[in-house]
Amino acid sequence: MQKITIDPITRIEGHLKIEVEVDNGKVVDAKSSGEMFRGWEIILKGRNPVDAQMITQRICGVCPASHAQASTLNLDSALGVKPPENGRLIRNLMLGANYIQSHILHFYHLAALDYVDITAILNYKGKDPKLNRVKAWVKSEVDSGRTTAAAPFLPRYKGNYITDTELNIAAIADYLKALEMRSKAHEMLCIFGGKMPHEMGIMPGGATQKPTVDKIIAYASRLKELQTFIDNNYIPDVIEVAKVYKEYFSIGKGCGNFLSYGVFEEDIDGNNKLLPPGVYIDGKLKPFSADKIAEYVKNSRFSSGSGLHPSKGETVPQPEKPGSYSWIKAPRYDKKVVEVGPLARMVTAHLSGKNENVSKLIEGTLKIFNADINALFSVLGRHAARAFDCKVVADRCAEWVKQLDPSKPVHNKFEIPAEGKGMGLTEAPRGSLGHWITIKNKKIDRYQCVVPTTWNAGPTDDMGQKGPIEQALIGTPIKDPKNPIEAVRVVRSFDPCIACAVHMINPDGELISKFRIL
Amino acid sequence: MGLTRREFLELMGRGTVTVGVAGVTACASKTGGSEWVAPVKKSLEEKAVKAGNLPVLWIQGQSCAGCSISTINTVYPEIAEVLTETISLEFHPNIMASAGDLALKILTDAETNKKGKYVLVVEGSIPTKENGIYSTMGESNGKHITAKEWVERLGANAQAVLSVGTCAAFGGIPSGTPNPTGAMPVYKIIPKATVINIPGCPCHPDWVVGTIAHVLLFGVPELDEEKRPKLFFGKLVHDQCERRGYFDEGKMAKDYGDDEGCLFELGCKGPISHCDVPIRSWNNKVNWCIQCGSPCIGCTEPTFPDHEGEGLYSVLPVSKVKDIRWTGKIKKVKNLV
Repeated sequence: MQKITIDPITRIEGHLKIEVEVDNGKVVDAKSSGEMFRGWEIILKGRNPVDAQMITQRICGVCPASHAQASTLNLDSALGVKPPENGRLIRNLMLGANYIQSHILHFYHLAALDYVDITAILNYKGKDPKLNRVKAWVKSEVDSGRTTAAAPFLPRYKGNYITDTELNIAAIADYLKALEMRSKAHEMLCIFGGKMPHEMGIMPGGATQKPTVDKIIAYASRLKELQTFIDNNYIPDVIEVAKVYKEYFSIGKGCGNFLSYGVFEEDIDGNNKLLPPGVYIDGKLKPFSADKIAEYVKNSRFSSGSGLHPSKGETVPQPEKPGSYSWIKAPRYDKKVVEVGPLARMVTAHLSGKNENVSKLIEGTLKIFNADINALFSVLGRHAARAFDCKVVADRCAEWVKQLDPSKPVHNKFEIPAEGKGMGLTEAPRGSLGHWITIKNKKIDRYQCVVPTTWNAGPTDDMGQKGPIEQALIGTPIKDPKNPIEAVRVVRSFDPCIACAVHMINPDGELISKFRIL
Repeated sequence: MGLTRREFLELMGRGTVTVGVAGVTACASKTGGSEWVAPVKKSLEEKAVKAGNLPVLWIQGQSCAGCSISTINTVYPEIAEVLTETISLEFHPNIMASAGDLALKILTDAETNKKGKYVLVVEGSIPTKENGIYSTMGESNGKHITAKEWVERLGANAQAVLSVGTCAAFGGIPSGTPNPTGAMPVYKIIPKATVINIPGCPCHPDWVVGTIAHVLLFGVPELDEEKRPKLFFGKLVHDQCERRGYFDEGKMAKDYGDDEGCLFELGCKGPISHCDVPIRSWNNKVNWCIQCGSPCIGCTEPTFPDHEGEGLYSVLPVSKVKDIRWTGKIKKVKNLV
C-alpha cells in the first residue's frame, strides 16, 4: 500500500489537495480536501442585497457569470421582480458566452497538457508562422538547459502522452487558437456585460445594456466564429484524443448518479429551460425537487447540524474535529451521492427526451466508438459531454441573439423589501449552482451558496458514502506512483473549482475562531 | 528601492545566469523520475546555461483566479507572445503542466538559486488570522505551507513584486467587513519589498502586461501614494467618463439601462475611483462598465467593497465627492442628492 499526496492539483481553479492510496497498481482509497477559505457569506451579511450579485461573482473568476445568474434569480424572487424579455435574453447570452469560454478553456488550457506532447512541435515541418515561432521558442528553451526551460509547459509528469506527431501538432495549433477563441467569447459577454471577468451589466429585474443593432451584430459575428471552432476543432479534437485513450471510457466512472437544476430560461417565469432539470439515480431519471437537497458534515471540519437543507443550513467550524479532512461539506440529493456538471446536464437532457440536439450528439458519438451510454460515465465521457454542452448552448445563443428587440426595455425597476426570502437555481459550466437569501431590515441577513464543486469534491458523508471525485478515483490504475498522471486526469475531468467549493458561515455571523496550525 | 532598467535588462538575458551545470543537473535528477526532455539533459552536458526571458513566479492566495483569466485576455501582445517572448512563466497554478511536489520544487529552487532574479506576482489577499491557515499550498514535513509563508519567502528574494488585482493590492472583498480571515494586502506582509499594486476586480490585462513592459524597458513606473502606476491609475473615472456631460448638466439616469443621464444617483463610484477604463475599455475595447449602463463600483480603490460603509450602490455623499479633486458643478448635484 502506498500513499500519494498531490498538493497542489494545478490546472484547476483554486487550492485542492488529493490523497490516494495505491495497492497493486490501483487506487483503493481517495480523499479530496479544499484548502482555501475566504468567508464570503459572512462578508455578505448586513450589506445591501443588490451588492450580492456583484460580490458573489467574485467567488470565482472562471464562472462569475453563473454566480451573477444565480444571484439575480435569487434576488428577483426575493424582491418580487422579473426581467423583461430583453433582460432574460441578455442574461442567457452572457451566461452562454461564458459557458463557451469556460469549456474551451477547460479542454485546451486546463486538461489537454495531460495528453498532448508539447515537445512534438520540434518535429514541425510546416509553414505556419505562429507554429514556427513556437517551435523556435521551444528549441531555444530546451537548448538553454535551464531547469525551467519551456515553462509553464515543462516540467510535467512522465506518462503516456500522444505519440502521433501530426495529432500533437494539430492539438498544439488548437491550443493557441483556443486562447484567442476563449478571449473572443469573453468579448461576446462584454458586449452586453461591460466587462469580463466579473460582468457589470446584470441587475435584479433584468440587464443594463440596451441591445442596439451594433451590439447584436458584434455578438452574432463573434459567435459564428466560435461555432465554427466548436464544430471544426473542439468536438473533433475531443474525439481524436478519445480514440488514442479508449481505456479512459472505463476509468473514472464515479457514482453514476447525476443531478441538474436546469439552465437557460426559455420564458420569463423560468418554467422552461434549454437544458431541463432532472435527477438520474440508480439508473432511473426522476423529476428534480429542491427540497431533497441536504448537506452532511460528518467528515467536514464543522460541528454544526448535519443533513440540513441549505435554506436552514448552519456552519460552525471545528478545525480539529476528529476524523474530518475537508472544509468542503458533502451535499446529497435524497441521501444519494450525485455528480453535477456537463455530463449530468447531457445525461438528464438526453434521457428526458426534451432536447433532440443533445440526443443526436450523444448517439452519434457513441456510434463512433461502438459504445453504449455507460461509456459516458468516465473521464472521456465528461470531456465529450462538455464539448456537446458547449455546442448546444452556442447554437441556441445564435437564435436568442436574433430575438433581441432594440425598441424594448432591458430592465424593470425593483424595490428592496423590508423582509424577504429568495432562491436562485442555475447551472454553472461545471455544475449545479444554488443561492439562497434572507432579507431583514432591507439588508442581507443570510446568504448561502451551494456550488458545483461542493457536490463533486465533497468528502465522505454521514452514511459512509464517498464523494463523486473520490469514487471516480477509486479503481484508477496508477502505473508509476511518482508520476500519478492517471489520477490527475480523473480529477481534472470534473473541472473542479475550489474557490467556489469552500464556504463557511456561522449562523450568528460571528467570526470564526480558534484555529490551530494543522 | 527601485529596480533599474539595467538590472532588468540583465535579467532579460543580456547577461548570463550563473547557475552551474552540475547544479542544474542535480536539480533535474531530484525531480523523482519526472520527465525532462532529452535535449535538455543533452545540452546540459554540452554547454553553460543561458538566460531566457524574465522569470516570473505567479502565486495565488485568497483569489478567484479572475485576474489570471483577465490577464490571458491580453490582445496586443497576445498571451502566447507574452509567454514565449517576454516572460518565462515558471510557476502559475492554473496554467502550468506540473502538479504537486514537482510544481512546488520550482518555487523552492527559485528561492535558493534565483535570488533577486525573478519577479513575484501575487494574486489574491493573504489571510493572517490563525497564522494564515485559511490559504495553504503544499506541505512540508507534514505541515501545511501557508500563502503568507510563500509570500514572505518568495517576496524576500524577488527583484520586484507585482500585486495583481484589488485583493492582493488592498485586501479586496476577503478583507471586507468583518474580514473573517484577517485578509491583508501583500505590501503589508512584506513591507521591505519593492511592491507595485495593479488593482482592479479583476485587473485589466493591459495594466499587467503594460507594467511588466514598463519595468523591462524603462524601470519601475511612477507610482501614486497607493503604489499604483500613475500611467494607468492617475485619473478619476469621473473625469474621463463619457457621461460626464450629463453630470455637469445635472441630468441623472433614473434606472439601470437608461442610455441617457449620469449614473451618480444610482450609486456610481466614478467620482472616487482611479483608473483609465473609460478610455481603455474592456475585452478588446468592446464595452466598459458605465457604457453598458451599470454604475462604477469602485473596484480599483483600497476601500472596495465597503467604501466606508456605503457599499457598492449607495449614492456618494457630496462631501466625499468634493474631497476628491472635485471639478464639477457641485451646486446642481447637491440639490439632487
